[in-house]
Amino acid sequence: MLLIHCPYCEETLPEAEFAYAGEAHIDRPADPSALSDEEWRDYLFIRSNVKGPHFERWRHVHGCARFFNAVRDTVSDKFMTTYKAGDPRPDLTAEEAAQ
Amino acid sequence: MTHFSALSLLRNALTGHKNWAEQWPDAQPKSEYDVVIVGAGGHGLGAAYYLAKEHGITNVAVIDKGWLGGGNTGRNTTIIRSNYLYDESARLYDHALDLWDGLSQELNYNVMYSKRGVMMLAHNVHDVQSFQRHIHSNRLNSVDNQWLTPGQAKELCPPLNISSTARYPVMGAALQKRAGTARHDAVAWGYARAAAARGVDIIQNCPVIAIRRGADGAVAGVDTAKGFIKAKKVAVSAAGHTSVVMESAGVRMPLESYPLQALVSEPVKPVFPCVVMSNTVHAYISQSDKGELVIGSGTDQYTSYSQRGGLPLIEHTVAAICEVFPIFNRMRMLRKWGGIVDVTPDRSAILGKAPVEGLYVNCGWGTGGFKATPGAAHTLAWTVAKDEPHPINAPFTLERFTTGRLIDEAAAAAVAH
Ligand SMILES: Cc1cc2nc3c(=O)[nH]c(=O)nc-3n(C[C@H](O)[C@H](O)[C@H](O)COP(=O)(O)OP(=O)(O)OC[C@H]3O[C@@H](n4cnc5c(N)ncnc54)[C@H](O)[C@@H]3O)c2cc1C
Ligand SMILES: [Zn+2]
Repeated sequence: MLLIHCPYCEETLPEAEFAYAGEAHIDRPADPSALSDEEWRDYLFIRSNVKGPHFERWRHVHGCARFFNAVRDTVSDKFMTTYKAGDPRPDLTAEEAAQ
Repeated sequence: MTHFSALSLLRNALTGHKNWAEQWPDAQPKSEYDVVIVGAGGHGLGAAYYLAKEHGITNVAVIDKGWLGGGNTGRNTTIIRSNYLYDESARLYDHALDLWDGLSQELNYNVMYSKRGVMMLAHNVHDVQSFQRHIHSNRLNSVDNQWLTPGQAKELCPPLNISSTARYPVMGAALQKRAGTARHDAVAWGYARAAAARGVDIIQNCPVIAIRRGADGAVAGVDTAKGFIKAKKVAVSAAGHTSVVMESAGVRMPLESYPLQALVSEPVKPVFPCVVMSNTVHAYISQSDKGELVIGSGTDQYTSYSQRGGLPLIEHTVAAICEVFPIFNRMRMLRKWGGIVDVTPDRSAILGKAPVEGLYVNCGWGTGGFKATPGAAHTLAWTVAKDEPHPINAPFTLERFTTGRLIDEAAAAAVAH
């Protein structure tokens, strides 16, 4: 069972309260009709699927119900940090150095 | 290679089974091969076997970062069926089923393919309509699949609870009689032994670090933990790790890797004659020849390479089994494990040429590629040998995610396996 820190509730709670919502920081195209087929493919289907620190969205469904972002190491499943939706990608150099 | 027969068994019995020869050598890499296959699962080993047998290409290496068959091939719950909705899928999985039929004889290795039947339960009107649609579509494709009433389902599988007061009552079921299970390890071992006998090198404990491309952009070989190996053709068949390997060749894949877990009970006497799947309560179950109940369901919710998965999923799975089979609610579970499965957006495989000369890819089998093993291996070998699609794998291109010509088994509601 993962323990996840909700940055809104400011509490660390069991995974059962949360729903995973896919990779984070994927921007909806500003001008959809201008996109080529390759750009649509990248937006809709290509994911980084990294083996290591993964930027991802979670939703505190059985709590405040809000979406937030997290960085989780997909090899150990350890959360490196969580942050509010809309905040920029955190700089991971400190966390990575500490590991 | 010793040929297995009643006679060789008898001969070895007389000497206390002490003189069986090694089944295949543990090869070390040569400096160059005609074809390198990344991943010694059933698919990669099978492709090597068919390359040697059907296309005369024997200067082949299958390279694995661990031991052969230690990936999803050795971790899966071995359900084999072909009653998929779309024509493309039905053709591919039914081709595999045809090959499963003669596989033990072909490999001279007992893969224990058992056509015990796979029954999928319908618990609501949507299930009934969706399964009947599958049955009709399957009939048009000459794939066997038939409708059972709750009474007929119970007759086939006595432990089933068909009480109308159940939270999710059984309203009927779809049965594919030709479907069943096989012994997963034996599939890997059988292909490995038969491929090695034809000259294929199987190299274990040797991670492929990167695919190297030449100045012309074409594949030049692979960098491995045991050094560079030259090859003009490389086929990647690395399941949950495929996107990582492909990225090293500069190809980004429409894949996400999730843990998929399974568990087995303590062994008991034969009690469960077929395979039962329920997508609505979300679990499936069969009984192995050793007597263990083999149980699984869907993937964990988050992507991961941890090969472990979380307990909430196991709890959910076991709750579903107890719902449909109340007689098992005191059964003790022996162990659980996870594998990392490679999931595509439309839940269909990617099998064919990659957009780099000399590079081929077989992946995206996700939660259900064991059943496809002989078919995927057979058509992958064709594509590698001839550098062109096989008529059966032709629709399963990587390009479909650009053109939009998806094979949307995900939307077809055939959720698991
Ligand atoms: C719990 C579970 C239950 C399942 N149940 C079913 C089922 O009932 N029915 C069904 O049809 N399917 C099922 N599946 C899916 C099925 O197991 C897979 O789709 C299938 O076995 C894939 O075979 P493969 O040979 O492609 O992959 P694998 O057997 O995973 O082989 C890939 C190999 O690649 C190797 N590899 C990875 N990266 C590298 C690298 N960099 N260098 C060298 N080698 C590398 C790995 O070590 C591995 O051995 C299940 C899967 C799991 C995990
Ligand atoms: Zn919250």
